[in-house]
Amino acid sequence: MSVTETTVSSPLPPGKYYFSGNEALAEGAIAAGCNYYAGYPITPSSEIMERLAARFAGLEGRVFIQMEDELASICSVIGAVWAGAKGMTATSGPGFSLMQEAIGYAALTETPLVLADIQRAGPGTGQATKVASGDLMQAKWGSHGDYQPIALCPWSVQEMYELTITAFNLAETYRVPVFLLGEEAVGHLQERLDIPAANRVARRHYQPGAPPFGHPDPAGVPSMPAFGQGEKLLVTGSTHDEYGFRRTDDPAAHARLVARLNDKILQHRDRIVSTRSYRLEDAEIAIVAYGFTARSAWLAVDELRRAGKKAGLLRLRTIWPFAAAEIAALGSSVRQIFVPVPPADRRPDHLPGNHHPGGTGAVAWPATWKNTCARAPTAPRSVPAAATAS
Amino acid sequence: MNLLLRSIDELQLDLDDLLFVSGIGCAAWIPSPHFNADTLHTLHGRAIAFATGAKLFNPRLLTIVVSGDGDLAAIGGNHLIHAARRNLDLKVICANNRIYGMTGGQAAATSPRGTISATTPDGCPDDPFDLCRLVLGAGAGYAARYAVTQPRELQAAIGKTLRMSGFTFIEVLSPCPTQYGRRQGLETAPELLAELREKCLPLEQWRRLPPAARRERIATGEFTREPA
Repeated sequence: MSVTETTVSSPLPPGKYYFSGNEALAEGAIAAGCNYYAGYPITPSSEIMERLAARFAGLEGRVFIQMEDELASICSVIGAVWAGAKGMTATSGPGFSLMQEAIGYAALTETPLVLADIQRAGPGTGQATKVASGDLMQAKWGSHGDYQPIALCPWSVQEMYELTITAFNLAETYRVPVFLLGEEAVGHLQERLDIPAANRVARRHYQPGAPPFGHPDPAGVPSMPAFGQGEKLLVTGSTHDEYGFRRTDDPAAHARLVARLNDKILQHRDRIVSTRSYRLEDAEIAIVAYGFTARSAWLAVDELRRAGKKAGLLRLRTIWPFAAAEIAALGSSVRQIFVPVPPADRRPDHLPGNHHPGGTGAVAWPATWKNTCARAPTAPRSVPAAATAS
Repeated sequence: MNLLLRSIDELQLDLDDLLFVSGIGCAAWIPSPHFNADTLHTLHGRAIAFATGAKLFNPRLLTIVVSGDGDLAAIGGNHLIHAARRNLDLKVICANNRIYGMTGGQAAATSPRGTISATTPDGCPDDPFDLCRLVLGAGAGYAARYAVTQPRELQAAIGKTLRMSGFTFIEVLSPCPTQYGRRQGLETAPELLAELREKCLPLEQWRRLPPAARRERIATGEFTREPA
């Protein structure tokens, strides 16, 4: 990828802060160079837009607007990004549902943007102030057609800051919408945030005159110009050729475009997928968790270790693309794998392993496990380790 | 299309500074891919929302939204009124053919009462939007309506709005013989154009008509906000 990466000083003085997750996310966006935010208020994400409204007012060249609805929010972000902005929006379940059509548009037009979905309990209006992580599958398949989003799952206030910068960097590198799938609990959690002196910040590649929608490499990311540069850009949500001309009757053009949209992510999944291991070196029992649930799983590992069980945690920081290879490798080194999910999302077929191509569906489902996970399940339904290796 | 380009040419605008934004539908293809400027062909109904982002981030872009009545006023109606309320510096040109043409001639929010369409075989039961009064009521600085049969007035209005700042709206009544005309007994484009010529009245003349007669005619011209 010919993306430009530079070290950028932190807009906030480096040091220790005490922030909520949503505030940390907003600060991460500012540090990543986000200069366009459009949003619509929704619990439990609103503190992101509130903080950005206040902070943008004191910074040069940053545009904030409260739009009339979520459809307008994400569409105006896409418009701003094509005018040269680094754009983002934030929402929660109902708003995320409304944004799905535009997410597909962003995927097809290869528009880099960041969308923070601070999840609440659904479906429907559900429980606006209660934690859930049920938008996982929607993040992957929410819009029609075939595309590959990137989704990150921060588990702490620190990661709400850091992964927001990562989200912008990935969006710029691969020209895709990147989701931050926080949960209500991590959005409203207050804890320490260490702001570094500087961050690595990526900027999209632009080569004047190069085709903005095609690349010689079938998994390549094209150059991205902006409006007003004299490129006479043709941006369309219809199937198009490398210069943006509509090719709505040409099956080969469609196949070529959609293959590249998918391959530019799937063939770089090793650079995108990020996991963290905890006490897995000699583990016989592994927990695979992501987001806020991983905090409980982390405690459970310690408790199991105290009880003499060799337990460890594989924490997924990216949920899409899915860490299938990493989990498969884990399956060959441990006897059992447990996947805890919050009670609101406790349908086994929600689990990525059950859907992923090559997935076996063989993940344990501790039926009695509570969200708080204070104590490990006494009689978990488990599967042989071999079954988890694909 | 021709009148818009003539206006741009007369004003000698730099094409590099022009951004055309359109939605989905027949009218959305007026700028994209035909104009030699930046064009953004968006989702159905969302042209104004996309244009809002581009204009706010780069105010140097003269941002012109060209789309149809269904796109701008029905599915995208919320964005239309809110952009007018913000008096955002967008030039909106709405081609109003009084029907959903691209999808096969279904009734629109702009179809006159009684319109026979694919979804109103017994005639449209509702009154249409008055788009100019709608955007003025929402806060637009300028609204005008002309038919394609009034090219001089229309081009003058387009030229005027390109020199103005703030939200401007021009409704262009355009013929769709295929989907609208033939179901109303107006089989050919000349018949439809003749209907527009007959129905369209300058605003002052239209105001002098008795209220019952007004419904049969279309007021054209520049509209101003009525005093509160």
